[in-house]
Amino acid sequence: MTGAKALMTAMEKEGVKEVFGLPGGANLPMYDEFARCDIRHILVRHEQSAAHMADGFGRVSRKPGVCFATSGPGATNILTGLATAQADSAPMVAVTGQVPVAMIGKDAFQESDIIGMANPVVKYSFQPRLPGEVPESVRKGFYIAETGRPGPVLLDIPKDVQQNEAPMDFPDEFTIQGYHPWNDPDVASVQKAVDMLVNSERPIILAGGGTIISSAFAELQSVAETLMIPVVTTFKGKGAFPENHPLSLGPIGMHGHAEANKMMAEADCVLAIGTRFSDRSVGTFEAFEKRLKIIHMDVDPAEIGKNQTTNISVVGDVRASLRIMVKLLLQKSLKKSEDSVWIKHVRETKEYWKENLKIHPGEMGAAKILRKLRELLPKESVVTTEVGQHQMWASLFYDVIQPGTFFSSTGLGTMGWGFPASIGAKVARPDVPVVDIAGDGSFSMTENSLATAVLEDIPVIVFVLNNSTLGMVAQWQRTFYDRRMVGVDQGGCPDYVKLAESYGAQGIRAQSMDELDKAIKSALSSDVATVIDIPIDPEEDVLPFVAPGTSLSDMILPS
Amino acid sequence: MWAILSILVENKPGILFKVTHLFRSRNFNIDSISVGVTDDENYSRMTITTYGDDKQIIQIVKQLDKMIDTVEVKQLDEHKTLFRELCIFNIKLSSASDSMEVNKLVNAYGGKVHDVKKDSLMVELTATPAQIKAFEELVKPFGIIDVARTGVAALQRSGA
Repeated sequence: MTGAKALMTAMEKEGVKEVFGLPGGANLPMYDEFARCDIRHILVRHEQSAAHMADGFGRVSRKPGVCFATSGPGATNILTGLATAQADSAPMVAVTGQVPVAMIGKDAFQESDIIGMANPVVKYSFQPRLPGEVPESVRKGFYIAETGRPGPVLLDIPKDVQQNEAPMDFPDEFTIQGYHPWNDPDVASVQKAVDMLVNSERPIILAGGGTIISSAFAELQSVAETLMIPVVTTFKGKGAFPENHPLSLGPIGMHGHAEANKMMAEADCVLAIGTRFSDRSVGTFEAFEKRLKIIHMDVDPAEIGKNQTTNISVVGDVRASLRIMVKLLLQKSLKKSEDSVWIKHVRETKEYWKENLKIHPGEMGAAKILRKLRELLPKESVVTTEVGQHQMWASLFYDVIQPGTFFSSTGLGTMGWGFPASIGAKVARPDVPVVDIAGDGSFSMTENSLATAVLEDIPVIVFVLNNSTLGMVAQWQRTFYDRRMVGVDQGGCPDYVKLAESYGAQGIRAQSMDELDKAIKSALSSDVATVIDIPIDPEEDVLPFVAPGTSLSDMILPS
Repeated sequence: MWAILSILVENKPGILFKVTHLFRSRNFNIDSISVGVTDDENYSRMTITTYGDDKQIIQIVKQLDKMIDTVEVKQLDEHKTLFRELCIFNIKLSSASDSMEVNKLVNAYGGKVHDVKKDSLMVELTATPAQIKAFEELVKPFGIIDVARTGVAALQRSGA
């Protein structure tokens, strides 16, 4: 059997049904196998998009998404995709072609040392040098990508390794000596955490992305409801807890909800679940950490104490840790009153901000647009976002009702991620509507994925909040650089309706709430991809705003 | 704080690169590094010395441990560890008395003299980095033409 055939066989054994990619000289033997196997190849127009599609597929299905690229520039084009997946712990397997083994190091045509280049942005990489090494590389690669803290794995396969024949063995069992993805949570530490939470006056739960990765939704809700603890999330953890729940306060952070930032700053004890305490989430913690007791649950031991010193840490899959906590609470019949001073205060604060947060007065303000989208989308719909103002408006005004249905490039902050990721998400979940909440700047970066959406029959919806500006940069220039606007004007180019139509997609412009209502309904019933172009006020800022390097309690509010 | 890290890795190409890259990307510094295959040729042992506060050292140990290619990562306690570095000095001699003086120092530090010339001699010294530093200070007045060091090799003492 050839290495290329072995690759396909091994991937089929992993359950791979679809891959995203683009062929070239060094991966042709692998592409030849697509003609002879049941794996569907979805053609992209740029390898970066293939990586983002695989990423979106992986986050939604919780199984590694797979992308293919050729050697050299094909491989370097996926680097941003690998880095994005690594920053957000998304399971992915990237398969690149490489020049033949004997040519490696000779600066051959389309040669790049992708193993070296990708090293800091992958969880692991393999470069099989013999065809017989392919099956085990695939088996181990998928295992590493999806276990423990998930991440991207690179398989770089030289062309002769793809072409040459070898006797193949497809092992089910294998060992990776230095890899220990799961730790059993320490029960005594969980018990201490329970005691600390029960004995605190103003406890809060901070749910991070790890809560979503491990699907710890029911366990989180059970702990929150039993102990009557309000829940804030990081941006990546948005939707780990239903945002219409009375205990939900929404995301904290630079563009967090006012009530979430306020309550976070007033809490005396936080149960932080699957989060790395990133600067965008916590601002400067120093301001209030002296009186804040911190309990940290994470699957990755290296996250404990990396950014934040903690009082109690529990290493292990956060779902397993929370299950232990739920069990301990049940055993002791611990239940807290719904009328504590803290919970009343939380309710009042939430109510206050619901009524008093000023939003853009115009008909087509961001809040109204996103609330309209929420109103019309079924709750099981999957939403991705790009990066910028629209992303933060989505965080503020699009409530996630069903946990685990909201995905964004939160760590690396990759503009252009959301649209291809939505295509990957739709391939993973063809049964639900998938919407990319976009801005015009980000959408421009990977808009050519419209070809993939149309030709491969993947009817996603791109919801473009179009201010014809790199809006978040413009907001910083208005706020911190005396309105010296440099390099942000997109000049109304292109016309997104015509652009969509030129690809054979549906393009709709919505300039009023009435038009928007019709556009969303039309998109939801369409069997081709739809771009909804929504012109908005280029001067609208995302507020509240916690300036970088300041504390969550120092929010800039709408005036 | 000065720390000695002992890292057992799979003996495969590219792992030294990954370990050193981790130090770079996590903003840590390598003070010295030595690598060699162990008695079992499937494994190599890297000994890295580095500086950092407690929190930084704990973090770098955790990050190294997280690497899939590392089998065992330990921060060695200086007091329970045999650690040595080999250093070769080429020292300038200006007079016959210089030669005698240097020889005395070499004897005091348990070194060996090689390649004695009229105007220079070479010294091989196996010692702790602190002893090497002390020796270096003492021979500096004679004039050090060149120095080469191996980096620290270290093993925890049995029963420690």
